[in-house]
Amino acid sequence: MSQFTDFRDPVAARKVLGRIAELAANQPHRKFMEICGGHTHSIYRHGLEELLPENVELVHGPGCPVCVIPMGRIDDAIHIASQPNVIFCCFGDMLRVPGGKSNLLEARAKGADIRIVYSPMDVLSIAEREPNRDVVFLAVGFETTTPSTAVTILEASRRKLENYFVMSNHIRIIPAIKAILDSKDLQLDGFIGPGHVGTVIGNHPYAFVASEYQKPLVTAGFEPLDILESVMRLLEQKSSGRCEVENQYTRAVKDGGNPRAIDVIERVFEIRPHFEWRGLGSIAQSALKLRAEFASFDAELRYQVPGVKIADPKACQCGEVLRGAIRPWECKVFGTACTPETPIGTCMVSSEGACAAYYNYGRYNKAPRIPVRVG
Amino acid sequence: MKHEDSSRERLHSRIEEWRRRPMRLHDDVITSAHGAGGKASQALLNSIIFPAFEIVGAAMDGAVLKSDPGHDLVVTTDSFVVTPRRFPGGSIAKLAVNGSINDLAVMGATPRWMTVAFVIEEGFEIQELRELVAELARAAVDAGVSIVTGDTKVVGRGAADGIYVTTTGVGTRARSIKIDPANVRSGDSIIISGTLGDHGIAVLQARGELDITSNVTSDCAPLHTLVEALLTSGAETRWMRDPTRGGVASSLNELAMDTELGVRLNETSLPISRSVRGVCELLGLDPLYVANEGKLLAVVSSETAEMALEALKAHPLGRDSAVIGEMTSENPGIVVLETLFGGTRVVDMLVGDPLPRIC
Repeated sequence: MSQFTDFRDPVAARKVLGRIAELAANQPHRKFMEICGGHTHSIYRHGLEELLPENVELVHGPGCPVCVIPMGRIDDAIHIASQPNVIFCCFGDMLRVPGGKSNLLEARAKGADIRIVYSPMDVLSIAEREPNRDVVFLAVGFETTTPSTAVTILEASRRKLENYFVMSNHIRIIPAIKAILDSKDLQLDGFIGPGHVGTVIGNHPYAFVASEYQKPLVTAGFEPLDILESVMRLLEQKSSGRCEVENQYTRAVKDGGNPRAIDVIERVFEIRPHFEWRGLGSIAQSALKLRAEFASFDAELRYQVPGVKIADPKACQCGEVLRGAIRPWECKVFGTACTPETPIGTCMVSSEGACAAYYNYGRYNKAPRIPVRVG
Repeated sequence: MKHEDSSRERLHSRIEEWRRRPMRLHDDVITSAHGAGGKASQALLNSIIFPAFEIVGAAMDGAVLKSDPGHDLVVTTDSFVVTPRRFPGGSIAKLAVNGSINDLAVMGATPRWMTVAFVIEEGFEIQELRELVAELARAAVDAGVSIVTGDTKVVGRGAADGIYVTTTGVGTRARSIKIDPANVRSGDSIIISGTLGDHGIAVLQARGELDITSNVTSDCAPLHTLVEALLTSGAETRWMRDPTRGGVASSLNELAMDTELGVRLNETSLPISRSVRGVCELLGLDPLYVANEGKLLAVVSSETAEMALEALKAHPLGRDSAVIGEMTSENPGIVVLETLFGGTRVVDMLVGDPLPRIC
């Protein structure tokens, strides 16, 4: 099976779109939130919004781990990266995330040794190659990336590496979904569930969305057809009066998740009582820190970080965008003061951020619909 | 005393004789002496640079070029800092020659002359320099370009990353050739001469930082004969580019801005190899933004697009040529991609630089 053909087959897409149109015709305006930034990116990259009926709206949720990093954390990261003798490693997305005054890209230009890595294991190799330097990994992400960070710590411990440190910004999806469901201005009819996180935690943990909050959720894959099929299934639930948690991404997500991945997370990490999310504020039990047993790898203990909370810029409406209360282009500074070159809010930084995705991919006058070429 | 005089004279003349012999290069690595302009510099030039390039202005400070009647001179310059210096399908040397040739070619000029300047880091292996210079010379000869003058500088350890190469290309262009964005009209066809992103991905792989292996080879090649095939095909060629850094997306964005027209691309028609597509998917890159070093991007009138395509496909470098989109009056200044499903999205200029140095 080829990912590039089967899941992007225009003929199959046409069928699903036909069914979506049929279902939507008998329904009021529907707002579905895709929680994961990967979905947001795929939706814009393949121009899916334009193919949906006018009364089916996709709202882009907080599932871009880069987008929810508060400015104070970036300042802490810059502080660590600027220490002499530190090699600071992070994913490329993190470089332009705005801190209080500066970002990591500027810190690098001013002389900090900041390196882009593609995998946490690369950081471990750097630590082995440079035994006389402190090598710090800025770990970000939901449960999807947490296991690989956990593995590096177990590995570093096994190899007795004393110069490898992790600044953990790992966050948990379930408290974030709860925070959204509890928000006062919520107007959502259902969720496209985060498939990548599902590969680790499984589909069971989402059950409360339907049982406690009466919203349907369909865990989805990331190919355009996956997303369209999930929208179709949400509409089907709505039309038949059902409210369930379904799994569209069965080729990757098992109901019970990946027990080994869950196990390494639990061995290495424990839950923080509170963690600050950009735009969403402090969310209880929403993030992870290293267990006391692995404290010697904790960059936040190794270095005195300022840990200053910085309020989001007044003009920035990232919070409302992340909660789905407004759409990206309804923000006051969207596309003028806040652009991918000069982001004010984090939603404009990562290509998975709702604002950047709309700015990069959606900013054109819709031409008259061109029929899909078949074959 | 007489005896002493004559022996001293013999000594002096022997010294003089040796002094006039070409300096031999005995070193294994470049040192600051090779950049000091003295004997070591001479030795480097005499044993490596001059023999390779048959430089005509060796003893002079410059070269004299003569244009042809009815032609203008076209000049371009480019610096090359790629790392690693060797990658599947090319090297910094081959890139330096082809890069400037391609800039001339897409101006509609025939590349004729070239200058080469090296900035070399102290400690650079002479053997590698010898190989790179030989490759550079071969690439120039293959393309019918004479290297007419050059420069070599040595900088301290850490002040450069191995070697940087700057080439300046000079070509001649018949006054009748008009390549100008102002000629581009709504409805014109956009053609690419082959697959997207091969160079960028090949270099990314060659850096060895990714645990991914694929068989992607750089497309590094001189485009002047392909351009000639297009220009003599009878097709109305309005505009040409070689989409290097920033890829096809960036070149087309510039075109859209320059012409105040829109660009509409069709995703199904973009030629992308399976390997490049695979690596791009894994790394979250878009092949439209990945660099090419041997692709021609052209705008031709829609009536003559078939003619242009035929001419390009007949050339070994243009076999996978395809019409990938058209100029539109909608969305002026913006590049829009019609996706596989008939959805659409903007293809914007790249922000920042997600890729390492690739040219």
